[in-house]
Amino acid sequence: MTETINVSINGTTYSHEVEPRLLLIHYLREVVGLTGPHIGCETSLCGACTVELNGKAIKSCSIFAIQCDGAKILTIEGMAADGKLHKIQEAFWNEHGLQCGFCTPGMIMTTKQILDRNRNPTDQEIRHGLDGNLCRCTGYQHIVNAVRAAARAAGA
Amino acid sequence: MIPQQFEYSAPKTLDEALGLLAEGAKPLAGGMSLIPMMKLRLASPEHLVDLGRIKDLNYIREEGGAIHIGATATHQDVLSSPLLRGKCPLLAETAAHIGDVQVRNMGTIGGSVAHADPSADYPAALQALEAKIVLKGAKSERTVSAEDFFVDTFTTALEPGEIVREVIVPIDGDGTGTNYQKVLQPASGFAIVGVAVRVRKQGEKVTLARIGVTGLSNRAFRAKEAEKALEGRSGSPAEIQAVAALVGQGIDANSDLHASAEYRLHLTAVYAAKALATALGRIA
Repeated sequence: MTETINVSINGTTYSHEVEPRLLLIHYLREVVGLTGPHIGCETSLCGACTVELNGKAIKSCSIFAIQCDGAKILTIEGMAADGKLHKIQEAFWNEHGLQCGFCTPGMIMTTKQILDRNRNPTDQEIRHGLDGNLCRCTGYQHIVNAVRAAARAAGA
Repeated sequence: MIPQQFEYSAPKTLDEALGLLAEGAKPLAGGMSLIPMMKLRLASPEHLVDLGRIKDLNYIREEGGAIHIGATATHQDVLSSPLLRGKCPLLAETAAHIGDVQVRNMGTIGGSVAHADPSADYPAALQALEAKIVLKGAKSERTVSAEDFFVDTFTTALEPGEIVREVIVPIDGDGTGTNYQKVLQPASGFAIVGVAVRVRKQGEKVTLARIGVTGLSNRAFRAKEAEKALEGRSGSPAEIQAVAALVGQGIDANSDLHASAEYRLHLTAVYAAKALATALGRIA
């Protein structure tokens, strides 16, 4: 029992037959071949699978691909343009906002959401915004610095 | 973490959805509780009806002196709604405490209240607001109070085939102050204890006090003894302490690895006092 879905991912339209029970994260990684969004906990706690769905950051382990029929999805692979990193990616690089890098795709997609809604967040707002993303390496300080730097870069 | 197979429908109208639900299908709203449960196979519905494509279920509007919130309004919609922030700030404030950014972007008010997690945030606010919940089935529609809606752990007044269609909250009159205080379980984000307060004053006297509590016991409830003890008083610091001590009185408190029953009751008094003081301080 499969159904056809049409989704736009990073500007490219895809059409696939999917089982209703296929989670978006499995669809992105195994069907479309985009392995940037990571599977960390698979229980909607860690945020490593975060992608943007119609402009909103969501956890792709907790939504079925079939719910996204007709939707626009942005993954970490769609952030850099013309061979140039996105300002948020630059900021994570410059501020050492990662160590092992496993959580980074999710951190960056959530950072985009935070800055889309608030161009100049306080440290407290940044930490509240990153509530749903876990990093087991950095202790978060450098990630908060990176978000702040990205906000500055976007304002500049 | 792969759910059992199921059939999926995404109707565009509520009537179509209710027809499928009457045949035994289960509703899917934001999925922030249901999908994790399906992945763990704690829930294995055979047929899911996605309510997400029904346009006239997602609204927040003023109507007849109250604010009506459609079932599929997300927590993000609620916390950022200018209407709610201006006229019923307690609900917007409470929504900001739910889960995290990603969960608030997907999770819905209808789904959350229908799930009736005993540690969820909305139920405390809805009790304090004396909210009404509109339940709709294929051939029926009825309105129940929040007090009657939350029956027990994961159990509500919903009958098979019914969905939460909307939640109705009052508009705060002049002289009203509200606040929600929560001790959260840091891994899950759910409330170990949450207290929502709505108070109104006329001159120096508290004329109305409503206190909703979540996380403490099997269901969210109103602390009516404490409410009565505050009404008619001025709301002095000493009175706040005395009233806060009544909030958990006589309640069969939950006990788990995060907090013993005794500790939960202690937290309830401490956070009730904070919520009462903040709400009273916010009265313009």
